[in-house]
Amino acid sequence: MSVRKLRYFLETHGLLIFGLLLVSCMALAAVCAPWLAGYDPLRIDPDAILLPPCLAHPLGTDALGRDVFSRMLYGARVSLQVGLVSVGISISIGTGVGLTAGWFRGLADECLMRFVDIMLCFPTFFLILAVIAFLEPSLLNIMIVIGLTSWMGTARLVRAETLSLREREFILAARLSGAKTARILLRHILPNAAAPVLVSATLGVGGAILTESGLSFLGIGVQYPNPSWGNILIEGKETLGVAWWLSLFPGLAILCAVLGYNLLGDGLRDLLDRRSR
Amino acid sequence: MSFWFYLLSALVSVCAALYFLAPAGRRTGGGALFAGRVLRKCLWVFAVFIGITLVGFFVIHLAPGSPTDLQTTMNPLADIGAQQRLAAFYGLDRPLHEQYALWLKRLLQLDFGNSMSSDSRPVMEKIAERLPLTLWINVITLFFTLVLSIPIGVYAAKRRGGLFDKATTLFVFLGFAMPGFWLSLLLMVKFSIELQWLPLSGLVSVDHAGLSAPGKALDIAKHLALPVFVSTFGSLAGMSRFMRASMLDVLRSDFILTARAKGLPERLVLFRHALANALLPLITILGLSVPGLIGGSVILEYIFSLPGMGQLFYSAVMARDYPLIMGNLVLGAVLTLAGNLLADVAYGLADPRIRSGFAANTNSR
Repeated sequence: MSVRKLRYFLETHGLLIFGLLLVSCMALAAVCAPWLAGYDPLRIDPDAILLPPCLAHPLGTDALGRDVFSRMLYGARVSLQVGLVSVGISISIGTGVGLTAGWFRGLADECLMRFVDIMLCFPTFFLILAVIAFLEPSLLNIMIVIGLTSWMGTARLVRAETLSLREREFILAARLSGAKTARILLRHILPNAAAPVLVSATLGVGGAILTESGLSFLGIGVQYPNPSWGNILIEGKETLGVAWWLSLFPGLAILCAVLGYNLLGDGLRDLLDRRSR
Repeated sequence: MSFWFYLLSALVSVCAALYFLAPAGRRTGGGALFAGRVLRKCLWVFAVFIGITLVGFFVIHLAPGSPTDLQTTMNPLADIGAQQRLAAFYGLDRPLHEQYALWLKRLLQLDFGNSMSSDSRPVMEKIAERLPLTLWINVITLFFTLVLSIPIGVYAAKRRGGLFDKATTLFVFLGFAMPGFWLSLLLMVKFSIELQWLPLSGLVSVDHAGLSAPGKALDIAKHLALPVFVSTFGSLAGMSRFMRASMLDVLRSDFILTARAKGLPERLVLFRHALANALLPLITILGLSVPGLIGGSVILEYIFSLPGMGQLFYSAVMARDYPLIMGNLVLGAVLTLAGNLLADVAYGLADPRIRSGFAANTNSR
């Protein structure tokens, strides 16, 4: 019975499992980077310039003789950090705004949602680019700015959930038994709205990874000696047609990471949302 | 630019007139309701526009670093006094709200100020010569995206769970996760370097001036082939996914059952009855996709060295050219809002339920 159940689960949620696999591979690579990497990612080796993939350097070396595999492992750290922290920021803001707007309604709702409208109409990438270029382009700034510009979807989602949840009987019961507003919001409404938030957070990680790699590719993301998937691709662009491994592998890594989070998010939606198609 | 401005103000005044000229008794129903919706929408657009300029202006001006830094701190001959004189010259020494008020006042006269770079040309002029290329790339992209995504969505929805549906699902996931700049690099290696079919970057070849008219067109088409392909690939995934969901939604409704029950051929059911209704939500999505397209043009134009708006913005940001950055932001906002407004009006015109006010509670925003 349980074997059949397991098989059924695998068949219906195969994509979820595959996504989970990709995501855990990436997390493993990021966490274990110092042990997995054969070389210091910053070490320059004049004897190993632009070596194609071989036994000593599984993914080749770049124009300064640095090992691409090691650099990509440390790049996974950057991507994972950016993804998790910026989504943490955006989810916190989005949940706060959504709860406030949905619970208090009226003027607060109107003001907050109009602000969401404004932010949604913003050419966000323009804003991110401008702010990052003005501030020192550091990892922390990138995470903050991506977080501050991507909370609108979550806010709308949480607001809608709050609006419908606040009319339910168990909320009435909580109010009757004298629970404070903060307690109702955090203990009764938030847990019931957690599923869609989790889904949008998972999808958000993929988006944040893409944005960070785009910024690094433009040269205003992670700064020069430190590796990130986006800035290894810059070197790939500079050695286009000479060193294919420099442009192939980092992009493949971005693709797999984002794909992993998207599949995971989509699978979670099917799993958690009873109303889903 | 001025075209959009006049179009917008014309729309606003027309709608206001429609609304207030309608007899009081009729204001609640029919056309007046539609006009009221449009009026509200126009007010909303205006408010959002002011909001965007406000957020953009303050974020950019409050961020550390000033445009005068590049000219003074990098220059050993300049002293503190020079920096202050330069700041005074650009009006940067005034309180921020005064600067914003002044900037907004100039904006209402359609004056974006002059660029802070050494050529100090009007921002409007700089944008005007860059805008057409970006617009063209996006229009062509949109055309290909629609032409491809509509049939893909229809056929995927027709046999839900079938082989074609599964294949497109896979393709959609790949499309969502594919970094556009990586795809560009791979295509450049394949088609420009290995096969040498297409030029690597830029808009025209070195010998462009000497070519005949059709030769010139072919030259530009060759240069734009890869950017347009990458851009289309990027938006195709989302659009075909959306088209499929929309089709599935419509195919569930009663009138499709009726159409099938009265024995219409499946082709007619799909393309006449279902598609016409499934296309409606697409209008809204088109309006909403504008910010993404504008943002995406930065990376695309950077890779392919295309002299468009994205590249202009990138260099403006790098040079901390405040007026030019703000000009670009405003233009991006205007394009987004215009797309939004047009989508809303088009939706109202295309859907009789909204036009007549029967479905006043269906919010299309």
